[in-house]
Formats: sequence, C-alpha cells, structure tokens
Amino acid sequence: MAEPRADTLRFQDPATARRMADALARAVGEIGRAPVSVMHVCGSHEQAIAKYGLRAVFPRGLNVIMGPGCPVCVTDLPEVDEAVALAGQGVRIFTYGDMLRVPGTVKSLADAQAEGAKIDVVYSVGHAVQLARKSADECVFFASGFETTAVATAAVILASPPANFSVLSAHKYIPPVMEIVAEMPETRVEGFLAAGHAATITGWGIFERFVERHSLPVVVAGFEPLDILAGLLTLVELVRDGRAEVFNAYPRCVTREGNRRAQEVLWKVFKPTGGRWRGIAHVPNGNLRLRDEFASVDARRRFTIDLTKLWDYAPPSLAQSCVCGDIMAGIASPTDCPLFGRECVPDNPVGACMVSTEGTCRIWHQYGGHLNLGEENR
Amino acid sequence: MCLGVPGKIVSVEGTLATVDFWGVKREVRLDIVDEPVAPGDYIMNHVGFAIRRIPPDQIDETLALYDELLKAMSEDDLMAADVRGEINATEEKKRG
Ligand code: SF4
Repeated sequence: MAEPRADTLRFQDPATARRMADALARAVGEIGRAPVSVMHVCGSHEQAIAKYGLRAVFPRGLNVIMGPGCPVCVTDLPEVDEAVALAGQGVRIFTYGDMLRVPGTVKSLADAQAEGAKIDVVYSVGHAVQLARKSADECVFFASGFETTAVATAAVILASPPANFSVLSAHKYIPPVMEIVAEMPETRVEGFLAAGHAATITGWGIFERFVERHSLPVVVAGFEPLDILAGLLTLVELVRDGRAEVFNAYPRCVTREGNRRAQEVLWKVFKPTGGRWRGIAHVPNGNLRLRDEFASVDARRRFTIDLTKLWDYAPPSLAQSCVCGDIMAGIASPTDCPLFGRECVPDNPVGACMVSTEGTCRIWHQYGGHLNLGEENR
Repeated sequence: MCLGVPGKIVSVEGTLATVDFWGVKREVRLDIVDEPVAPGDYIMNHVGFAIRRIPPDQIDETLALYDELLKAMSEDDLMAADVRGEINATEEKKRG
C-alpha cells in the first residue's frame, strides 16, 4: 500500500465526502421524521466540523449537537479559583493555554498573571516537568482535560518528577457524563458519536454497558472529515434500524480493549470521584483525583489553598446569564444566548465556552455564528 | 488541546522518540504507547505522548469500511442488506 501520508489525504477526499453526505441525507430521509438529533462529546469533533464546513453538508433534519466535550468548558469555577489562589500564594503555575483565560468565580489565571503571579503556558505536562526542574519555586501543574490527557499526567507522576513539582487535577472522565446527558429529560439525543482518541485509551468495549442501559447507539469516530461523516452515517443507520449497538468506525486507532498499558497508568494514579461539571451537573465519578499514595504530588494536600480570600468578592453578574451548560446538554444553541457576539466575544469572554478553542460558542463565533442546518426544520 | 496528531518516528532513545509531524520534528514520550515502536512506525500523539502505534493495515481497513458503507447505500435494498450483513459479520469477528 501507499505511504500512510497519502492515505491521510484520502481521508479528506471531497468527492467521497460528497457521496458520504448524500448517503447520510438518504438515511436521515428514511427515518421519516425530523429532526433526528445526535450528540458528539468531543471538542475536536466540533473543531473539525467547523473547520471543514461539514455542517453545510449535513442534511436538513439532522441535528448534530455538541455535548460536554470541551474539557475547558466543563472545568468548574472553584477549580479555576484553586489555581488562582495558589498563584496568589506565590506558587508557580503551569497550565495548558486554553485554561489561561477561563473565568473563575472572581478572576482568571490571566488576570492573576497580569497582577504579577508566576504562570506559564505549557503544551505538555512533560514540558511542565522540564521547567520545574530548572525552577527554584514550588511548581504546580494545573491539569485539565479528559482521560486521554489525564494518562499523560499520570505517566509523569509515575516517572519520578522533581521534588518541587505537584499536580492540581481538574481532569474529567467522559463516560459518566454521557450517562447524565442521556438521562436528562429535556435532551432528545438519539445516539452518541464518541471521541476516537479517548476510546484509543479506554477501548470501545467501555460503551457496551451504556448502550444496554440506555438503548442508544454509540459510534466511535476519528477526526478527519471522512471519519466524522462515516461515523455519522453509521450512527444514523443504527437510529433508523432501531439498533442500540456500539460500532467502531475508527479501527485504525481504536480496539475493543483499548490501550491496556495506558489504562493501568491512569487508574494507578487517579481515582474517579463525583464532582461538578460547570453548567452541567454534579457528575458521579466524573472527576479524576489523585489516589492517596500520591498525596505528596497532590497540590490539594500539599498546600492549604485559601479560597475564602477570593470569595470575599461578589461573583460577576454577567456570567449568571451564560447558558453554556444548556448548550452542552443539547437543549440550547449559542444563538439562544443574549450575550453571544455582543457582551460575550472571544476577546472578552463571559463564559468558558467562548474561551476555549474547543468551546461551542467560540467555534460558532469564529466560523461566523453559522446556521445549524438541522435546526431549520423545527 | 485534545487533538490526536499522527507522526512518523525518526529515532528512539529510551522512553523518548523524535517524531516527524508532517515536516516538523518534535520529541514525544513513549511511557504509555500500547506497543514497542521503532523508527519508521506511525504513532498517534496526544499532548506530547504517543498513545497508539498505528498499524498500517488498519488504515487500509478503514478505507475499506468507507467503501463498503458507500456501496451498501448505493445498491438496492436487498443488496444493501447483504453487504451490511457482511460488514457486521466482519465487525463481529473483530469484536469477538
Ligand atoms: S455566548 Fe458567552 S455567555 Fe453566552 S453561552 Fe456562550 S459562553 Fe456563555
């Protein structure tokens, strides 16, 4: 066969994409009612959908909702507050770039940075460790992201990080929030498109119990335009045929068992605990926290984090009308928010969904607040 | 933050690899990759960590899956059912 590089190009072939879109339209038509609503739970899917203009080729009558798949957007205010408070206590904070401008109860890490706090953006937790080795400060990695990213944090914790390094975990675990969304009475989600990279770690077998419990199909899909179209086509076919099953449309990366080694590393370091996801709900087992054996690298146990000083201020009032949560639950669109594109813009975000490059509001704003073709038929 | 990017391994030193991402060389850690890797292999990268060695034959498999799906949709129903049945059988074998 040809070099995979050439094949990757084929994953973006426009003619195939067009044929795939036609097939998708036919399958939606065969269901005979509109709209058919499916949800993806991955910011990368939304980015690819926007970047390649896929919404324009989705058939009328198909509503592709972005669920709680942006890790930045679901990071809860008090979690940001903890990082801001630590920074205020003189600790050096490392964070992924997206987290910098997410508003906390009172301020963001960017605000703290402007006030002189030591905050550095890193592209990898490995990079954070390298910087910590060179630093005389206490260094805390503010760890956000889902299981795929949490595995990297876990690997670093197991690889003897320097003594001045610890982790403030805001890591989240996707499968439990799918349960929450599926059970919300207002959501009419008929199937889920699961994220290929998370499933690379966990394996697609993890969705079998979900499918049984909720009688909803799940299709695991990759991130090239054709991966997404093929995933949606399969998902709509399963909806049409009333088949609640798991289908792996990303076999080049995802197996039933997943990456066992990564799972061992993940669960050795982290345990799932219940916690709030911003705007969504309390999600049982939705947060990943360090196990007791790793207390010495757990910033929450290593430092006394004083949040009361921060909370002397009143919470910003605009943020209270942010409907990010409803958007992520699939019951609202950014255009339903009175602040969208007015008070809330990427340069001056009110909600986290406008901050992150994976946030629905930010993506819609960036790509012209485009119309969701699926919604026109309602 | 959560985009998995594939790249080709140039060299390996312990748990660190130099990987070529479409012309840009970066270091990637191998702590959690699912299988041993060697120069020439393709890996899926996530935040500086290899999370999967991509077997070349599975790229083919994916393309085949697309073809079958499309074929299934453009033939008449009986034929479509047949092809779909076949895909399912292959999938079941894979699952089992
Ligand atoms: S536009 Fe801004 S305030 Fe409105 S839902 Fe989106 S992020 Fe929240």
